[in-house]
Amino acid sequence: MCDTCGCGDPHLHPHDHAHDHAHDHTHHHEHGHGHSHDHVHDHAHGHAHPPARTIEVQKPALALNQRYADQNRGWFRAKGLTVFNLLSSPGSGKTTLLEHTLRAVPGCAAVVGDLQTENDANRLRATGAPAVQITTGATCHLDAHMVAHALPKLNLDGVTRLFIENVGNLVCPASYDLGENRRVVLLSVTEGEDKPQKYPVIFHNADLVLITKCDLAEAVGFDRDKALTIIRQVAPRAQILEVSARTGQGMAEWQAWLSS
Amino acid sequence: MHELSLMSQLLADATAAAEGAPIHALKVRVGPLSGVVPEALRFAFESLIPGTPAANARLDLEETPLRFHCLRCHADYATPLGLYNCPQCGATDSELRGGNELELISIEVPDHV
Ligand SMILES: Nc1nc2c(ncn2[C@@H]2O[C@H](COP(=O)(O)OP(=O)(O)O)[C@@H](O)[C@H]2O)c(=O)[nH]1
Ligand SMILES: [Mg+2]
Ligand SMILES: [Zn+2]
Ligand SMILES: [Zn+2]
Repeated sequence: MCDTCGCGDPHLHPHDHAHDHAHDHTHHHEHGHGHSHDHVHDHAHGHAHPPARTIEVQKPALALNQRYADQNRGWFRAKGLTVFNLLSSPGSGKTTLLEHTLRAVPGCAAVVGDLQTENDANRLRATGAPAVQITTGATCHLDAHMVAHALPKLNLDGVTRLFIENVGNLVCPASYDLGENRRVVLLSVTEGEDKPQKYPVIFHNADLVLITKCDLAEAVGFDRDKALTIIRQVAPRAQILEVSARTGQGMAEWQAWLSS
Repeated sequence: MHELSLMSQLLADATAAAEGAPIHALKVRVGPLSGVVPEALRFAFESLIPGTPAANARLDLEETPLRFHCLRCHADYATPLGLYNCPQCGATDSELRGGNELELISIEVPDHV
């Protein structure tokens, strides 16, 4: 997480509050419960360990990301935006799907994350829709703070739907709420039917699972029934759609889902 | 990469709570849906602590189970990752009740400093 981006924008940087909170918490506890702390090492075997006291902290590792995510969510709501977080392995077809969607559906914009290059944002801008690239360097996921910084770079006049294409990775992005309204996880037919079983965490919170590149299903011997069974198991709440950006299969259903 | 940045956040929170005291132990709760691998957290911990107030600290990982509440038959159950159906009635729309945590629960510091 970025502690030192140097932008100094107080709206983007609730760090101080987060620290105050942690501090207060400990402080209260120490005074409130004075001498009731466990003396964990004060037990019978009587050597080496000095007496210890326990300080309760109870702070999620992602507390700061959560603050940015909540802030983003408020900002999206104020702007009247519905926001979609797109997650998948590299090469599952996120950018291609977005190219089609931005052309077909008016009022869309995109934020796209990659480790390096502006390539995907360039592809998306070629559709005429506003798009901005986030290059994460070595970081394998987008976090809510990076997204907060990208938002002012987009011209959102007339935009009602914002797509966030996450860094291609089925592990880390799962843990980072960006403030989105809905999560879309893509699985291309070339990746193997059991991939959702190998990466169940990212599928668990999906609102929609898109099986992509269905035009290649026959060529790669994709076992559709097996894939559907597995997806329903790891993503019990998700809707499932089968699409191909190449043939246009399922694109109407995808667009209908966007407005549902 | 991922576990490193999360562990450095946990260590920063521990250091702030210790208010200058050396840290004997950190208790961290981690659930299967957190997306974090306990072994990778340990590795990150060992590589980050040298030269910090937690240099000699112990990492106590409390691994929590994945817990659900069935909205149909109201059973509470624990289940492995990837298998969420209610074992009692088979319903698939259970509510998550625990297992996505990654948090610093408490730290131990010397009694008198
Ligand atoms: N056959 C086929 N190829 C596709 C489809 N969608 C994307 N691709 C190809 O898959 C590759 C990766 O796509 P891209 O959209 O860049 O994936 P991303 O990394 O998830 O953004 C490109 O060569 C695309 O042309 C599809 O529906 N059918
Ligand atoms: Mg892409
Ligand atoms: Zn990551
Ligand atoms: Zn049940």
